[in-house]
Amino acid sequence: MRCHVIESIAQAGSGHPGGSLSSADIVALLYGHVLEIRPDDTHWSNRDRFVLAKGHAAPLLYAALAMRDFFEPSELSSLRKLGSRLQGHPDCKSTPGVEASTGSLGQGLSIGVGMALAGQMDDGEWGVYVLLGDGELQEGQVWEAAMAAAHYKLANLVAIIDYNGLQIDGPIREVLSPEPLDDKWRAFGWYVQEVDGHDFCQLDQAIRNAQSASLPAVIIAHTIKGKGVDFMEGECDWHGKAPSMEQCHDALQQIRGQKGAL
Amino acid sequence: MSHFEATRDAYGRALVELGERYENMVVLDADLSGSTRTAKFAEKYPDRFFNLGIAEQNLMNTAAGLALSGKIPFVSTFAIFATGRAWEQVRNTIAYPALPVKIVASHAGLTVGEDGSSHQALEDIALMRVIPNMSVVVPKDGPETVNVLRAIIETPGPVYVRLGRAKVPSLSQPDDQFELGRGEALAEGDDIAFIACGIMVGKALEARKVLQREGISARVINMASIKPLDEDLVIRAAEECGAIVTAEEHTILGGLGGAVSECVTAMHPVPVQRVGVNDRFGQSGGADELLLHYGLSVEGLVEAAGRALDLKGLNT
Ligand SMILES: Cc1ncc(C[n+]2csc(CCOP(=O)(O)OP(=O)(O)O)c2C)c(N)n1
Ligand SMILES: [Mg+2]
Repeated sequence: MRCHVIESIAQAGSGHPGGSLSSADIVALLYGHVLEIRPDDTHWSNRDRFVLAKGHAAPLLYAALAMRDFFEPSELSSLRKLGSRLQGHPDCKSTPGVEASTGSLGQGLSIGVGMALAGQMDDGEWGVYVLLGDGELQEGQVWEAAMAAAHYKLANLVAIIDYNGLQIDGPIREVLSPEPLDDKWRAFGWYVQEVDGHDFCQLDQAIRNAQSASLPAVIIAHTIKGKGVDFMEGECDWHGKAPSMEQCHDALQQIRGQKGAL
Repeated sequence: MSHFEATRDAYGRALVELGERYENMVVLDADLSGSTRTAKFAEKYPDRFFNLGIAEQNLMNTAAGLALSGKIPFVSTFAIFATGRAWEQVRNTIAYPALPVKIVASHAGLTVGEDGSSHQALEDIALMRVIPNMSVVVPKDGPETVNVLRAIIETPGPVYVRLGRAKVPSLSQPDDQFELGRGEALAEGDDIAFIACGIMVGKALEARKVLQREGISARVINMASIKPLDEDLVIRAAEECGAIVTAEEHTILGGLGGAVSECVTAMHPVPVQRVGVNDRFGQSGGADELLLHYGLSVEGLVEAAGRALDLKGLNT
């Protein structure tokens, strides 16, 4: 998956590798193991819903959808090209399997609230999973949604925060700190867990706990921005730029050499 | 003409009626359910009503999430907040994916009255009209509001409906039909055409009588559907009358006047005079006082007609 991310961004000549790589293990677990979805029946009413609130990680979502057979992996090379179904940020009208149009930060959790309300009304068995950035938490609307989710007791809603500690202009603690994060979510009435966002066992356990909780649940996943490519790891610079072809080869080699690489 | 009803009151009635027929319809509000009249629906169908509190951005995207899950959400708050505070939410998350969210906002325009400028949306038609996929409707009275609601619940995409706080005379009949993209010629005439929406339709009919006494025959068109605009009706008015006056309780920039001007300049150029609020903020005052103060009056319309006729004279 990380290879698809790097390759498609390099081919597009622009995109967001850092935040795509930091979320890769989370999204891999969701699409590989957690979400009940049907590539041949994308609007199946009982499917689980995934909303990529941090829409700039679109290349990662597209890689996951391609690997789950929503479309051919060869289509990934059309990312960001004129007429492509793979828009720079997710567009649910053009890409099979994309549940909501996102890209404007701060809005995804509210969309998840609406979906979870619908699930609650219909006694649906399905769950709603929303992946947010940590910088994104600076948007006030996230907290409007957090309040609403607790008020309506949306136990079918799981938020996962990609806590990579970086946003565009620097470390989030320097730009505008959201800390203390766990206390904030708890105070908003959520069931809070903290995990290593690159550890499948921890992530899997946390998602199971979240599913059986009677409250909306948030998983604060500690991650490394740019994870898997040494020159991208922990570097703000790699938030939103494409690797050159040479850097791309280097990155692919690194990723392929890793044990259990995705 | 004797019956008066605010369009928001008609909305309250219509919601209850539709709620019975459409099980997948839900209503959302942001702590203004008494004023927007969604409270009536909430009382009857508490399981299908969601108060999201004073949080309009979350309100819009929650509606989007419900729409993505098969519901038809009606979202209400004051027009200033629906279209101003949450504009980008509406653009990116409702209109871009063309979701069937119906934004029905009340307290539009000067007739909000004493609350003053902070609560008087004078830009909402323009703000919604510029968004692709979005339809914009301004009913003139209670019966038309009900007909609009019946029509748009069957419309697949997003719709913005602009309602008012003040009681207005009911000009339409309950069995009149409303169709998105269709205007309504209320009175014939061939010297000049008034194209109006909302409360200005009644004033245009009165202005027509004043002009009639001066020997001028004015056509009056109710253009509740501002987007899609009834272009055929506008072009016919331009061709047959040769001069147009638009009238709306909204800034003269980008609303009905803007839509008509864009159509006329492209298809059949004739003089267009726009009556509305002249690029200014509102203020506190009584509803009728404010309309007079800002020139949204019968006199204002007659004067504008004079200007348009002068220009038409120069053209011929
Ligand atoms: C409302 C909004 N403001 C600004 C941006 C521009 N932007 C794109 S990504 C980003 C930083 C996001 O940081 P974070 O949420 O931490 O994401 P991650 O580190 O996971 O990439 C910004 C400011 C945006 N997409 N949306
Ligand atoms: Mg971050």
